[in-house]
Amino acid sequence: MKAARGTGAARRVVPRRHPWRMVTSVVVCAVLAWLAWSVGTNPKIDHAAIARYQFAPAILDGLRVTVELALLAEIIGVLLGTVLAVMRLSPSLVLRLSSGFYSWLLRGTPLLVQILLWGNLALLFEHIGPFNTNAVLTPFVASVVALGLNEAAYMSEVVRAGIISVDPGQHSAAQALGMSRMLAMRRIILPQALRVIVPPAANQFISLLKATSLVSVIAGGDLLTQAQNISSANLRTIELMLVATFWYLVLTTVTSVAQFFLERRLRRANASVHA
Amino acid sequence: MRASMPERPAALTHAANILRPDAPLVSIQDVHKRYGRDEVIKGIDLDVGAGEVLALIGASGSGKSTLLRCINHLEEIDAGRIYVDGQLVGYRERGGRLYELAEHEICRQRERIGMVFQRFNLFAHLNVIDNVIEAPVQVKREPRAQAVERGMALLQRVGLEGKAKAYPAQLSGGQQQRVAIARALAMRPRLMLFDEPTSALDPELVDEVLAVMRQLADEGMTMIVVTHEIAFARDVCDRVAFMHGGTILEQGPPSDMLVNPRNERTRAFLSRVLGDRRASS
Repeated sequence: MKAARGTGAARRVVPRRHPWRMVTSVVVCAVLAWLAWSVGTNPKIDHAAIARYQFAPAILDGLRVTVELALLAEIIGVLLGTVLAVMRLSPSLVLRLSSGFYSWLLRGTPLLVQILLWGNLALLFEHIGPFNTNAVLTPFVASVVALGLNEAAYMSEVVRAGIISVDPGQHSAAQALGMSRMLAMRRIILPQALRVIVPPAANQFISLLKATSLVSVIAGGDLLTQAQNISSANLRTIELMLVATFWYLVLTTVTSVAQFFLERRLRRANASVHA
Repeated sequence: MRASMPERPAALTHAANILRPDAPLVSIQDVHKRYGRDEVIKGIDLDVGAGEVLALIGASGSGKSTLLRCINHLEEIDAGRIYVDGQLVGYRERGGRLYELAEHEICRQRERIGMVFQRFNLFAHLNVIDNVIEAPVQVKREPRAQAVERGMALLQRVGLEGKAKAYPAQLSGGQQQRVAIARALAMRPRLMLFDEPTSALDPELVDEVLAVMRQLADEGMTMIVVTHEIAFARDVCDRVAFMHGGTILEQGPPSDMLVNPRNERTRAFLSRVLGDRRASS
């Protein structure tokens, strides 16, 4: 506005030029275009097969199983993870150590190994209580258990970070009003911890969605298992991987969008936390 | 230094007994409290009568807040007894020893002891009315509609009935502290503990909080107030106790204590605090 005074043109601000930005942008666009072009026109990729299998019943069935696996494992992960987090913060040394041991063991070993162990548990125990192990621990159940227990180890750290982010004064105030530890945790501490918990938890869930693909090693019936079953019959390996890739991207995109709205809602409700 | 406080505890307890308007609602007897090897409360005796308003003054680190937090068992004690309304707080005595009570028993005792904190500690995820009714509904299982009705009346009492739907962050510090007082009153306490209720406030917001506290005192609430507001102690409190190094050095009616402190440390503290006040206003 003030620049309008006198000879406007002479007083105008000229921004610094960024020639390298231009160069790198051009290079990146060129690489992307080449990639799209080479996949789109590669004669060795059977584009008709991709279109044919994208919505094939077997693939959609695998997609359903993948979603079920991820949701069930997430439920186990959140519930058990919260219990582990509270244990980790308990005054009892035994509870603290056992929670720490759990995280150490399940975060310290590959998820693939854990899935194989659960899938082959019948080799170790033929019966679980009165039941035949193989009858109870179907590939699907073994997959849910393996993924859920592993998820819990990571979620416990996420929830713990959320709990300790809440001002200790909130706990004092709840106690002074006659609330028990459990009640204060449930009504006062955890709702406020959510704000801190949700972003890394959504991150975990996206990891979990993709980690479900590991259960194909015990024939878990998930998206990747189905894609591999088909490709081992028709040898269209790349095409079916592209079919699966598409669906994984759909799932993670939906999750990211859900995370965005959830965080926005929590921000509104919790507008006050760190004022 | 020690020599300058002759027979302090006995003399002061005696004085307190004379001042006491009624049977004591709060009776603190030879309480000790350590953090590790550091003894922060060194054998305090203090009675507060029903309806009495006591100001606890003293420099930071003198143990005032810790003593206050022992009264509702937010802090465990290492020795001594604290009685509120005839009940031993936090412990059961058997064979001369104290055994800590179960959590639900401690919670029951805390229901009748309201507390207001320096930093308000309103529940940040709940709006004003939900802050007020949270404990009556969740702890006392009071019907929600009834709790809301009482809560609105309490908000009116602290002049904030128009802010029932606001969240704590949308309020000034003074408004937050008045909500915190209403929240504590919602449990119908017999005793109110105030832990430096105006120390975190901008100077122009102090008076609105003190006005609510004054009103509460006029209605006969028993109050123990840790404060640096010497004017409030003088005008509202029945008795002032000066703490230093984990003991009560001197106590008495404000007209006497604040004007003619006998102890040298009390005098030094008062002149420092009053000097600050003059300088800041």
